[in-house]
Amino acid sequence: MVHLAVPLAETLTFPSFQYRAMAPILVVLGAAVLGVLVEALVPQGARRAVQLAVTLGGLGAALALVVATPASEQGMVAAGALAVDGPTLFLQMTILVVAIVAMLVVAERRVDPSGDAFAPRAAALVGSTEEQEQTRLGWTQTEVWPLFLFAVSGMLLFVAASDLLMLFIALEVMSLPLYLLAGMARRRRLLSQEAAMKYFLLGSFASAFLLYGSAMLFGFAGSLDFAVIADAFRDKPGQLGLQLLGLGLVSVGLLFKIAAVPFHMWAPDVYQGSPTPIAGFMAATVKVAAFGALLRVMYVALGGAAWEWQPAFWVIASITMLVGVVLAVTSSDIKRMLAYSSIAHAGFLLLGVVAFSTAGLSATMFYLLAYGLTTVGAFAIVMLVRGPSGEAGHLSSWAGLGRTSPLLAGVFALFLLALAGIPLTSGFTAKFGVFAAAIESGGVWAVLAAVLASAISAFFYLKVIVLMFFAKPGPDAPAVVVPSLLTSTAIGVAVVATVVLGVFPQVFLDLADASTPFLR
Amino acid sequence: MSTEQYLPLVALVALPILGGLLVSLLPKGNPTLPKQVALVISLLTLALGVVVGLAFDPSAADRFQLGASWDWIPAWGVSFALGVDGISLVLILMTAILVPVCILGGWADADATAGSPRGYFAWILVLEGLVLGVFAATDVFLFYVLFEAMLIPMYFLIGRYGGAQRQYAAVKFFLYSLAGGLLMLAALIGLWVVSGDQLGAGTFDYAALVGLDIPVETQKWLFLGFFIAFAIKAPLWPLHTWLPDAASEAPPSSSVLLVGVLDKVGTFGMLRLCLPLFPDASKYFTPVIIVLSIVGIVYGALLAIGQTDLKRLIAYTSISHFGFIALGIFAMTSQGQSGATLYMVNHGFSIAALFLIVGFMATRRGSRMVADFGGVQKVAPVLAGAFLVAGLSSLALPGLSSFVSEFLVLAGTFTRYPVAAVVATLGIVLAALYILLMYQRTMTGPVRPGVEGMPDLRGREVLAIAPVLAIILALGFFPQVALDIINPSVDQTMTAVGSTDPAPVVAEGK
Repeated sequence: MVHLAVPLAETLTFPSFQYRAMAPILVVLGAAVLGVLVEALVPQGARRAVQLAVTLGGLGAALALVVATPASEQGMVAAGALAVDGPTLFLQMTILVVAIVAMLVVAERRVDPSGDAFAPRAAALVGSTEEQEQTRLGWTQTEVWPLFLFAVSGMLLFVAASDLLMLFIALEVMSLPLYLLAGMARRRRLLSQEAAMKYFLLGSFASAFLLYGSAMLFGFAGSLDFAVIADAFRDKPGQLGLQLLGLGLVSVGLLFKIAAVPFHMWAPDVYQGSPTPIAGFMAATVKVAAFGALLRVMYVALGGAAWEWQPAFWVIASITMLVGVVLAVTSSDIKRMLAYSSIAHAGFLLLGVVAFSTAGLSATMFYLLAYGLTTVGAFAIVMLVRGPSGEAGHLSSWAGLGRTSPLLAGVFALFLLALAGIPLTSGFTAKFGVFAAAIESGGVWAVLAAVLASAISAFFYLKVIVLMFFAKPGPDAPAVVVPSLLTSTAIGVAVVATVVLGVFPQVFLDLADASTPFLR
Repeated sequence: MSTEQYLPLVALVALPILGGLLVSLLPKGNPTLPKQVALVISLLTLALGVVVGLAFDPSAADRFQLGASWDWIPAWGVSFALGVDGISLVLILMTAILVPVCILGGWADADATAGSPRGYFAWILVLEGLVLGVFAATDVFLFYVLFEAMLIPMYFLIGRYGGAQRQYAAVKFFLYSLAGGLLMLAALIGLWVVSGDQLGAGTFDYAALVGLDIPVETQKWLFLGFFIAFAIKAPLWPLHTWLPDAASEAPPSSSVLLVGVLDKVGTFGMLRLCLPLFPDASKYFTPVIIVLSIVGIVYGALLAIGQTDLKRLIAYTSISHFGFIALGIFAMTSQGQSGATLYMVNHGFSIAALFLIVGFMATRRGSRMVADFGGVQKVAPVLAGAFLVAGLSSLALPGLSSFVSEFLVLAGTFTRYPVAAVVATLGIVLAALYILLMYQRTMTGPVRPGVEGMPDLRGREVLAIAPVLAIILALGFFPQVALDIINPSVDQTMTAVGSTDPAPVVAEGK
């Protein structure tokens, strides 16, 4: 029998829900449900328009609600299961902004001659006559939109969760739609399905770790609530077994999601196989959500044990950066390269987490905003460069793009320079923040590792720039698709964000600073 | 910092950058227009530089004058702050003079390449603006940002417009510089954290940072971060290996900008940042750096003698000369540092003349190998004469500018490190060898096949080279003009380091 810490009568009183504070999550969730209904009720021809309106409307309304959340509404809501505080709002804002930009890319229909980036019917067997017939008839599907919205609602919940059970539920709400979305690519469907399968299996591992760790922490603290767990770490220093086991397993579960080494194996395969717009969406938003959750778990629930996890995390951060960049150097596929680069960035971000300070928190949040927008832009560009059989993934086919499409190559170069952390781009400002926080907290060696990793990372980012600008186009040079207004807008937003966050970051630094600390 | 904002200095930095944007936006069809526009912009920049130079008062008590400062990222204590002292002023003027020279001299550099002339001249102007900004920055963060940003134009200048091995050279250059820059970033953040601990809030203001009292152990680490970045940039032996590749693969006018201007940021950084910010660490590391400098002087000279490629040869002579500059800086005497600063300027001009003339020769002959030339002075006497003057300046012939600076460096070093000065003098002997051998092999003797019809310097080329040679002569006879500007700032640097000149031996009165 589980021992309940509170008297029975009290558990039966209906907890008060502060609906205003939860409104952004509820709006997106509502839009997702509405999207399911649209699939069932609206005729095929009108679905796309309606779905786009529902998605954009839902995300936009949620963003407005997040931005306009009054200070009086901030606090612990839903009986302490969710925390609506500065970090939550900042990260929810980041997720929604990135999701809106990513959504525009997902909606792009001009890039593929037979429709969009998604299989006409994901259930059709690969290579079957059924599939060929569907492609011939020009079928497209709009199921991606409800799934997209469910994933976003899970993310919004993930960064707010202040209870291990809520954390787990949010993780599943976020992940399950993503597993499906990963498997829906129109081209190279087997690769896509393989990616979905891997993502699902390894994601399930992560969930299991998280759940098992939660059980341990529950056994240790007698509660799933972050605040109670934090108190338990303070008051019961003795029970090392459960405490460490719980801490370790929960961390592993979250480190899986951020693709930290050695839990990074899924990332390259999933990024490469997924439909590119979805890969960009995942790379950017999942990172924000998972880091948001990691920050809250580490700072609030496990903050009392910082001396236990900090040394391990310094090491993990350093290894993650170095392994990420070394593997990226060896990859010859642009999406795999970006995947490894995202692993390296997870390492840089971990520096901010492990700093365990207000500066670390605000620097990590700023980094997530900067990284998210640049990444969505970079993946959008990858989607536009196409050979005869879909996207030109291999790096060699990017040769000479600077001559044939200087604007596109220039924008991509900007994104790569930002990812490399060159000054006057958002990537530099972001790196500066986490490095400073890490040095302040005594992580000089980790920062030196980060500096080394940055130098190595410049090599492969530069390799692409060299190919684009200094090499001659090959015989099988890919065609660059001129995108519709949707993708152009998305790329434009990403460019502006990359430059503004690099040159005039003050407003956003202040915002991130003002959005600390965590409530508990 | 004065409350009054001195705008011409800001304009000096902004004009070339905006001009570069303008050039990049010019219509595609006309290949001459970008060159003309770029030349006009660079001359306007030079005019602004003269305005700034005339407004500067060498006898004023303030070290930094003509300041302008705006908050940039207050959260980190970063401001967009510019100002000049004597050292930066002479380097700013050198840059402003060399860029129009390079544009004239490199008029045709982009024509035979795959890239467009628009891009070439736009990048040159952007580079000029960034370098001027680095010299004028009085905020260390701004310095760092511009220091890193400089890489991008240079990278494109080499990688897009260079010779056969350009990609390799460009990437090597970029990665070396970036690795150094990132070390500097780590040290910069460390410095910022220290300033936050001591002043309550982190700052990047140069004056405030100089005033910090940093523990010696911390100083050593921070010094290394900055110094290695500058030693790569300068470059000092053994961090020099990128230079011969980059300088020989770049088009001639870009080589001038790279070796003559960009690399000066390295030695300038040592003088501006390393010494005053980390005085104790500087003294601690001085013996090592002196040894490295001397090795560089001799090594660069020996390798220069052995080169068969004219541009590589000149690149190696620069490694030797950068050794002299570093030696002068770390001798920690006012003579040495004044000499080093003047050396930076003089080296800029002599290297410009050498690279440009070699570039002219290579374009005419279609080769830059020493063995492919011979007897040039018979067919192209003006070219040969200009080459001789530039070469003699490089080997520090009295009457030409480098002599004064080399003498000051050696004299300044001798009072403190006599052995080092004696060994360094070997560099002068070797310089005579590599310059005169090069001259003898390429210019004298019978006219080689392939050289017969070589035309002499033409109008545009004369226009580019003549001012440089004039300055070399002028600074050779009247170095005091420059030294008057430099000396007060050097004295202030010495004060910041807490170093005084050793008393002359004769004054002990035996």
